Amino acid sequence: MAKTSTDKAAAASAPRYPLTTIAIVAPIVGWLIPGAGHLMQKRYVRGILLMVSVVAMFLIGLGMNGRVYGPNGGDILEMLGFVGDLGSGALYFLARIMGWGQAAAAHASADYGKTFVIVAGLLNFIAAADAHHIALGKKP
Amino acid sequence: MTFTLSHFSAAVLFALFASVVFGITQRNTTMEQVRYGLYCFALFVGGVFAAGWVMWLLRR
Repeated sequence: MAKTSTDKAAAASAPRYPLTTIAIVAPIVGWLIPGAGHLMQKRYVRGILLMVSVVAMFLIGLGMNGRVYGPNGGDILEMLGFVGDLGSGALYFLARIMGWGQAAAAHASADYGKTFVIVAGLLNFIAAADAHHIALGKKP
Repeated sequence: MTFTLSHFSAAVLFALFASVVFGITQRNTTMEQVRYGLYCFALFVGGVFAAGWVMWLLRR
């Protein structure tokens, strides 16, 4: 009887969705390479759609002369922009290394471009969180 | 490479990509994902038209 109650208590205290290695690795890989967190879990269609969406949004933003923020802008809004941009993972680092997104805004569409780049990063954060949920087993 | 999109085409592209990500990440089954993605896209584009008409009325 006592053993049964101990077992029940152990079962109740055990995490419902145990944290596995893949649950840690998948969101990190998904953040660095958009969609890769899904691809490595064999969600190929979802992974490719996410990759195309985030990468296309980022590149369209750059094509519209959107600004890519650096880490030390000095202004709170620029810091928020940096956090959004950082969501694109490797794309952000590539853009910083290559010096993309540093041109002065020449027309109104550059403001849209900046928004595209930031939102691409934010959407990739959501995609990485989704990869984490799939790895945990919370989502099919 | 630099290109300029119109307000409308930029908004539709934004709606398309955001809806794809929302659909995939916010629902579980494939059918639900497609439905939710289309729903988000319709709301985005509908919002563009609604905002356009509001601006037209404000300008008059």
